[in-house]
This record gives sequence, structure tokens and C-alpha cells, in this order.
Amino acid sequence: MDVIIPQILNGLDKGSAYALIALGLTLIFGTLGVVNFAHGALFMIGAFCSVALSKLLSVSYVTEDPTQKDFLGNPLKVETPYVESWFGPEVGGAIIDWSVPLAILFSIPIMIVVGLVMERGLIKHFYKRPHADQILVTFGLAIILQELVRGIYGANPIQTPAPDAFKGSVDFGAAFGFDPNVIIYPYWRMIYFFFSAVVIGGVFAFLQFTTFGMVVRAGMADRATVGLLGINIDRRFTIMFAIAAVVAGWAGVMYAPINAPNYHMGMDFLVLSFVVVVVGGMGSLPGAVAAGFLLGILESFASMTAVKEVLDGIDQIIIYLVAIIILLTRPRGLMGKKGVMED
Amino acid sequence: MLGLDKKDTGLLLVVVVLALFAPFILNLFPTNSGMAFFNGGYPDLMQRFAIFGIFAIGFNILFGLTGYLSFGHAAFLGVGSYAAVWMFKLLNFNILPGLVLSVIAAGLLSVLIGYISLRRSGIYFSILTLAFAQMMYAIAYSDLLGRWLGTTITNGETGLQIYNDDPQILLGNGPNVPHLFGLEMRSKVDLALGPWNFTFPVGYYLCAILLILAFYLSIRIFRSPFGLMLRAIKSNQTRMMYTGLNAKPYTLAAFVISGMYAGLAGGLLAAMDPLAGAERMYWTESGAVVIMTILGGVGTLIGPILGAGTIKYMENIISKMNESLLDSWFAFLPDWLQHAVVWVATWFTGEGWHMTQGLLFMLVIIFLPGGLVEGGQKLTGLFGRKRAQTQTKTEPAE
Amino acid sequence: MGILEVKNVNKRFGGLKALSEVNLSVEENSVHAIIGPNGAGKSTLLNCLVGKLIPDTGSVMFDGQSVLGRNAYEINQMGISRVFQTPEIFGDLTVMENMMIACFAKRDGAFTLQAIGNMMKEKEVVDKAEHMLESMNLADKREMHTASMSRGDKRRMEIAMCLAQEPRLLLLDEPTAGMARADTNNTIDLLKKIKDERDITIAIIEHDMHVVFSLAERITVLAQGTPLVEDTPENIKGHPKVREAYLGETQVAA
Repeated sequence: MDVIIPQILNGLDKGSAYALIALGLTLIFGTLGVVNFAHGALFMIGAFCSVALSKLLSVSYVTEDPTQKDFLGNPLKVETPYVESWFGPEVGGAIIDWSVPLAILFSIPIMIVVGLVMERGLIKHFYKRPHADQILVTFGLAIILQELVRGIYGANPIQTPAPDAFKGSVDFGAAFGFDPNVIIYPYWRMIYFFFSAVVIGGVFAFLQFTTFGMVVRAGMADRATVGLLGINIDRRFTIMFAIAAVVAGWAGVMYAPINAPNYHMGMDFLVLSFVVVVVGGMGSLPGAVAAGFLLGILESFASMTAVKEVLDGIDQIIIYLVAIIILLTRPRGLMGKKGVMED
Repeated sequence: MLGLDKKDTGLLLVVVVLALFAPFILNLFPTNSGMAFFNGGYPDLMQRFAIFGIFAIGFNILFGLTGYLSFGHAAFLGVGSYAAVWMFKLLNFNILPGLVLSVIAAGLLSVLIGYISLRRSGIYFSILTLAFAQMMYAIAYSDLLGRWLGTTITNGETGLQIYNDDPQILLGNGPNVPHLFGLEMRSKVDLALGPWNFTFPVGYYLCAILLILAFYLSIRIFRSPFGLMLRAIKSNQTRMMYTGLNAKPYTLAAFVISGMYAGLAGGLLAAMDPLAGAERMYWTESGAVVIMTILGGVGTLIGPILGAGTIKYMENIISKMNESLLDSWFAFLPDWLQHAVVWVATWFTGEGWHMTQGLLFMLVIIFLPGGLVEGGQKLTGLFGRKRAQTQTKTEPAE
Repeated sequence: MGILEVKNVNKRFGGLKALSEVNLSVEENSVHAIIGPNGAGKSTLLNCLVGKLIPDTGSVMFDGQSVLGRNAYEINQMGISRVFQTPEIFGDLTVMENMMIACFAKRDGAFTLQAIGNMMKEKEVVDKAEHMLESMNLADKREMHTASMSRGDKRRMEIAMCLAQEPRLLLLDEPTAGMARADTNNTIDLLKKIKDERDITIAIIEHDMHVVFSLAERITVLAQGTPLVEDTPENIKGHPKVREAYLGETQVAA
């Protein structure tokens, strides 16, 4: 057990990210019928919302402190963040410290605007075009977005720490009667998992219990008929796209402390998220979530030393291998429905 | 001629002329003129035109005819390169065995990947091929195969190279660089004509001849009963099935043929420069060949060559542009405007080439889904209509 | 012994019994119509004949060979051609190319790799395709893309492709559905002509009584997944059971 539990835990945070991205991909795919290769870029933009906010909050002005001298004998220059001078050092310091969680709010308007512009400006015109065209145009968009970010923030990863309160790890093992320090799990990763669970739960509840969600689900099942009922389905789908953008953005915002954001992280996650969507079953929301966690945990297991001793490096290909096997044995994926995106 | 009708013969001749006279066509500007920057007639770039032309022609046989969008063709390119380098390591620097093995290896791999991926169609097919290619990339990048077998197969991150202690059992006193029966790929003939300089590299001409052969073969395939069946697959699989035709072996054959083209292209890359790395298998490479094909014109004969040429030319020229060069170009502007223009331009040049590439993808798909070939037809159509209009206008006057 | 023998075929979809104990025998060189109200199981039966569905129990024999478990293309190669309710043709290809595909399929079977030869130099196939287009009045449209043809022409194209394969059994699924009266009559005349000119068995699933009574030599009435009667058109017209199950329904609906 003390070998297995850490692996499951380690798989959870990556699995959460896969699940959140795959969930958005599936929503867009199910509602708009569009294969969005720029979805990974939304995740990346989310992560850079964290970076941007923490940089923004740390913007400082410089004062000279005549009582202290630097090593050249000049008065020491002190940088004080504006936030600290406005709210006092304690509150201001806390705000800077908490910039990543605050970025959850900060990212909402940004992701909504990005999502709406993307859908209204580009993707709307591709509803009826072949999937190949959708893939390629969004692929082009993803490249542009990632180059923009590289132009602004450079090519190197940018460390974006979690609040001090969440530094350190939980000793899981001790809580379950194992030896202390055998099963430890960083606080932030746990937060990430719970955050994802809440977001996923929220999206499902929204689709399940609101009229809006009902129409969207009906639209996913049979778009033409819902359109015939005189419901303006397109506008709802646009809103759905914005929601999917926010979900992907949040996945990125919270992921920033786990892996320092870099400009190509979106592409890295995108390919795997597509594999996740297909394994889960095109158009199936529960399938996307289940497959996300499943593949995340599998990847984690494959990187165990015991497994690596048998087949070195298997962790790097396990997801693809499993995806290929699943697609061959269950052609529609784990929870795919007949007739959904058959070709 | 050669079993082609008049129109196709014309097209083949165009490609032959373009390929054989590329050193002239690409070096339009005198060497010391300011425009010499835009010359593309140097060996490395010309080889890339021909090699990626072959890659795109092959890809078009699958995507253009059957409509199956493979997002994993880079795997075959990479395998071709590895196979060729292995032949250099084991035998000698003669490229013939390497090229033969690269085609065979890519062919075998495409039988395997194609057989499995073609059990699904549409977007599932694209993702399956993507997954396979990424898996191949991971295997090559960390040399998993070598680690499992306890030896070196792809040499991981470093890439596969040729070392002095390699067996090279047939090397003898032969050349120490890639050659074809003694004809070294790197050798070239320079020709100076007044202010112009032209280079005729052996390596390029080998690639060009293979490009012409590859193009000729693709015309034959397009016009064959087999090509007709492939177009039937794209058009309507239900009718195909109910006309007593089994679509699967046809699609698999197309997949394998295009995989072998990719393998040849990969082998040629290694023949021009004897190393092979995993990055050739990365999925953006697979995306690049899709874009080359679409930019030129999917399902057209000459489109892929035009697309590959355009992309490779732009990639080379644009990524060469740097700030000081841009500064000198826009020096005639007022200072503030010069800075503004150069600032904007740096986003799209040098390292910003990828930005231009992304923009190009989008513009082509949005405004020119039929590619350059369709664009050309539209243009000639436009002029044709104008002529027709003027004719009808003049008629009443008579 | 008919050319097509359906014996004790049952097919369920979940709780719905789509076909129960269907027996059907189609005589060689006859025109056999299968009629019935909506939901009678006509399409399910048709799909069982061409390999799209596999019945739960029972047998389907064509010319003494079972078709069950075979792929659609294998069944086609046995000599059964199918015409769809909405014409299925190769829309982005020309009329001539459509026809040549059918001719190649007849000559070369389900798969042959002829990747090099020029298709227009396959004289025997080109001649046959030209001849078929000629006889079906499609020759003047030979360079047209079939997607831009009229509905009636598409139907003719599809039937022509099926005939080019020289099938022994031609299955038609509501061939006049959604057609104007004039087009319907043209299609009836076309089918009559086909019937007179060649040795072919035609099985037709149809809603339109006018079509059925103009063409059929025998009629099977299907209701609720089971054959009610099988008889000549004259007898069917006056049959009380048929009136009740079929015509009765239309009266109620009216």
C-alpha cells in the first residue's frame, strides 16, 4: 500500500489537469462540433495569468534609504511594491503572496474575452468546415498565441510560487497508520486536486440542474432538433465556449506553482488531452474526466522504480500505448456513444 | 509521353525545368546586390526544397486522394533518417543502401501503424496516428528501444551520428562523406556569370532527380484505377462498400505508399547530412507537412511541391532576418517610424518566424482552402472573366 | 426455390421486436415488392439482406449461399446491388468516373492494386462505361460532377452504376421517395425497361402504391415485423387483411 498510494496521489494532479482540459475540449466538441487545437493555448494563457498577476502585484517604486549604504557607499535603494504602500506591508505582502489564488478571479475576464473573441472571430466560421480545416486553423492560432507569450515573457520557464501557507507537504502516511514521511504529498498538489474536483463538479451541476445546461445537453445530443424548437442554440454555445475557456484557464492558473509556466506548455498538454478525450469517448463528459484521471495515474505508476526496472522508460509512452489498446478494443473509447463523431 | 496525357506531360516538364534550373531560378539577384539576401540558391536550402517536396507529394497521395488526415507522418521521416544513418555506420558512406533501407523501414512501420490506425476513420484516425508518432518520438528521444535491447539504436537526445569506431565494413579507402559510388554529395560546381554566382551541388541534383521520379510516380498513381478508388474513398464510403469494393486495403496501400515517400525523404535528409535526431519525429513536423500540402493545394498534383517550396523558402529567409538588417532596410523612414516598423517586424522575423508560420496557416485555411493552385486558377479565371466581359461590352458597339 | 430465401428471421433492438419470423422467397427474374406501413420493419429487413445488420436468428440465402456474417462489399460481389432511398453516389467525381468505378468493381473484384496503369487506357472498362451511360441517357453529362445533378438524374446515376455491375438481384429502397410525379413516372418507366431488357431480379421496398402496382409481379405485405400476406398485385388489392393493416391505417390517418 505504501508504494501504491503515493503513485495514485502523484497521478492525481496531472490527471486533474488532463481532466480539466479534456472536459473543455469535449464541451466544445460536443456543442460546436469543432476540434479545437488551440485549447492547450488557453491552458497556457491561464498559467500566464498567474505569472502576469504576480508580476503586476510586485510592481515597485524605488526610494533611497539614507540611513543605510550599499557596498559602493551610496544610499541604499529600496524597492517597495505599490501594493504594500497602499495597504500596508502586512496586507500588501499577503496580497502578493496570494497572487496565484487571486489570479483565479483575475483570469475570469481575460479568459472570457479570449474565449469570446476566439469563438466569434474565428471558430464560428468553421462550424461547417471539415475537421481537418478546424484542426489546422486552430493549430495556427495556437502557434500564434504561444509565440505572443514567448515574445512577452521570453522562452524560459517562470517560477510562480504558491502562497507560503501551502508550502510543505501533508504526511498522508501518518494519518493512515503508515510510517511517517513515507507517503507525503505537497499541499498545493492536494489543493489543485480539490480545486479541479470542485470545478468539474460545478460544470456538471451547471449542465445538470440549470435550464441553460439542459438546452446545451440537448444540443449536444441533437443540434438540429433543438434549433428547430426556436431556441437560439448558437448564442448558448458561444457562452459554453467561454465557459470552456475559463475552465482551461483555471486549470492553467492553478498549475503554475506545480510546473513553472513556459510558452510551449499548452502544446505539451494538448496532445495528451486529445488522447484523453478520445480514450474517454468523443463527446462524453464523464468519459473525459475519468480518462484524464486514469491516464494521469497510469503515467504515475509507470514511473515507479519497480516498473522502470522491468521496462525502462515505459512512463514516457504508457499513455499512448494504453490509448492505442483502448481504441482498438473499444473503438468509441471508454464511454463514447454510438453515432457521436463517427467520422 | 511516358504514358501521360498532354496536360500531365506539361506539368511534369514544368517540374523538371524547375528542378533542374533551380540554381538559376533561386539566385535571381547578383551576389553583391542588396537583394542577394533573397537568393535561395544555396545547397542546403535547395536540398530541403526537393526533400520536403517528396515528403509532401507522398503525404498528398494519402490526404489528397483518400481524405484521411494523418497527423503522424513525421514518424516515417524520422525512421527513414535513422535507417540511412545505420547503413552508413554498418556498411560505408554509399547512400544507396541507406536510401533503400529507409524506404523499406518506413514501409514496414507504416504497414503496422496504418493497419491499426485505419480501423478508425475521421478524427479518431488523426489522433491515433498522432499518438503513434508521439510514441515513436518518445522512444527515439530516450532511445527506449536501445535501452530495452541493451544497446544503442537512436542514441537518444544526442542523435545518431557516425563515429570513427563504427564498423563500416565496406569503407575501405572510400570517401569519408556520403557519396553515390564515389560521387560525393557535398561536392559542387560553381559558376560565375558577371555579378551572378550560381552553385550546382551534387547532393541537390540527386534529390531533384528523385523528386522528379517521385512526382512522375504520383501522376501515374493519380491517373490509375487505384487512384480512382482512392478518390472514391474520399467521396463516399457507403457507395464504395455497396459497389463491392473493400476500402480498407486501398486506404492501407495509400498509407504505406505515402509512408515510403516520407521514408525516402528522411533517408535523403540523412544522405545530405549524416545524422538523425528525434526532433524530426515531433508532431509539429507532422503538422508542417500537412500545411505544405494544403498551402500548395490538397489533391492537386503540383500543389505539394509548391507548398513545400514556399514554406521552406520563407522559413529560411524570414528566420535569417535580424534587427540590424531590418534597421538598414527601413533606414529611409523617419527615426520614430523606423523604430515602430522594425519593432513590429521583429515579432514576425528571426525567431518570430513561427509567428509568421502560424499566421500563414490561418490565412491559408481561412482565405485559400484550395491552396496556391486554386488561388492561381481563381486569378486566371478572374482575368479570363474580365476578358469575356470586355468582349460582351464591345459587342453591342459593333 | 427462389433466388433469395429468407427463413425465420428475427431481429430485436433492445425491447423492440423489429422482425419476427420473417419468411420470404423471391423468384428469379421477378419483380417482388415489399410494402407495409411505417415501422413495419421494411428497412430492417433490407439491412439484413445486405450485411448491414445481422439477424438474431434465421437464415438469408442468396442463390444457395448464406449472406449472413459477410461484409457489404462481399454481398455485393455475390450479385446483390442496392439502391438507396437518398441516392448514394460519388458526389465529387464526374459521371464518367462514377460509372468507371462500378465497372472496375465488376471486372477486378473487391481489391486489386493497379497503381501505375492509366485508367483511361483500360479500353474494355471505358467502353463498357460509355455504353452504360449511353443506354441510361447520361452520356451528355459525362464530365459533370454528380453532386450538381438533379435528384432524378442522381437516382438514374445510382441505378446505372448498380446495373453496370450486372447484379442478379437489384434491391431498391423507396426509389421514388421525395420525387415529383413526373420523376416518379420516369423512374417507373426506367425500371420497366430494365426489367424487359435483362435477366434480373428486382426486390423493391416502397411506400407509393402507384409504383408498387405498376411494377410488382408479387407483393409481400409486412406489418409489425411480420409478413401478413404474399400474393399477386390483383389479389393484394382486394385482400381484407391488407386493407385492415395498411389501407385502413391510411384512412385513419386521413
